[in-house]
Amino acid sequence: MDHAAFIAAVYAVTFSVIIGLVVRTVLQGRDLASKVADKDKPWT
Amino acid sequence: MTSINSTDTQTFTAKVATPTTRLVGALALVSMAWVVLGGLIVTPRDVNQGDAVRIMYVHVPTAWVAYLAFIVTAIASACWLIGKKHSMGFDRVAGASAEVGVVFMALTLLSGSLWGRITWGTFWAWDPRLTTTAFLLVTYIGYLAVRGLGGSIEQRARRSAVIALLAVLEIPLVHFSVLMWRSLHQKASVLSGDGDIKMDGSMLTTLLVGVVGFTCTFAWLVMHRQRVLAMQDSMQMTQLDAALRERANESKEVK
Repeated sequence: MDHAAFIAAVYAVTFSVIIGLVVRTVLQGRDLASKVADKDKPWT
Repeated sequence: MTSINSTDTQTFTAKVATPTTRLVGALALVSMAWVVLGGLIVTPRDVNQGDAVRIMYVHVPTAWVAYLAFIVTAIASACWLIGKKHSMGFDRVAGASAEVGVVFMALTLLSGSLWGRITWGTFWAWDPRLTTTAFLLVTYIGYLAVRGLGGSIEQRARRSAVIALLAVLEIPLVHFSVLMWRSLHQKASVLSGDGDIKMDGSMLTTLLVGVVGFTCTFAWLVMHRQRVLAMQDSMQMTQLDAALRERANESKEVK
């Protein structure tokens, strides 16, 4: 594959950032959800 | 539903996901797996660009999601401003969508920069499409900075809604920059308007699956982020109430 390093970098960075954002969102959500009462969480 | 803590009247459930977000998340995962496999292995090389075309399966969907995110921010902001109840849900959706949009816009610039290095021989050029895209990114970073300024939740919603409605006007400028000015960046391949898509079937399928997958990822992130913002607002209000009660008790003691 030509330019394999560039192509691999694009895929690695893109999916790493997205996975990082998802993990951060899940952890932050769980942390806050354990501190906020269910009456303030309409989705529960 | 697992209750991890409870008081006399309140329960605290450490859950943010719902069946809807799980379904959207699963769709995103499957689509993303398809994009990686299809983009790197299944699809053929392009006759002109060679293997560099594989960047397209990531670059185009991230750009699409960034546009979508900023449009959602504008629509939610308009709903907040127009709505009689000024529902804070709209403001949180606007904020969450802008956060996700900024990340995807930055990824678009990064993947475009690496693609540019291969095809143009340079990471960056002060080209109309690249420059307007960078300007759009900076605008929404500014939008997020304004959301972080002090004041009440209502003040935050009002000032950021006005900025969102102004900032979204940049999107047509970015999208049509390749038509209005001479640009290194190629014109639209799929949404060209003439209905003639010059692309191999597997390439087009992978690109469209990528658009669906990244859109599902965006939807999942916005749903979860707006719930996080709702809980942050709730905690802020609780802390404010506690501080006011404490102040009131102090004044009673002085009297």
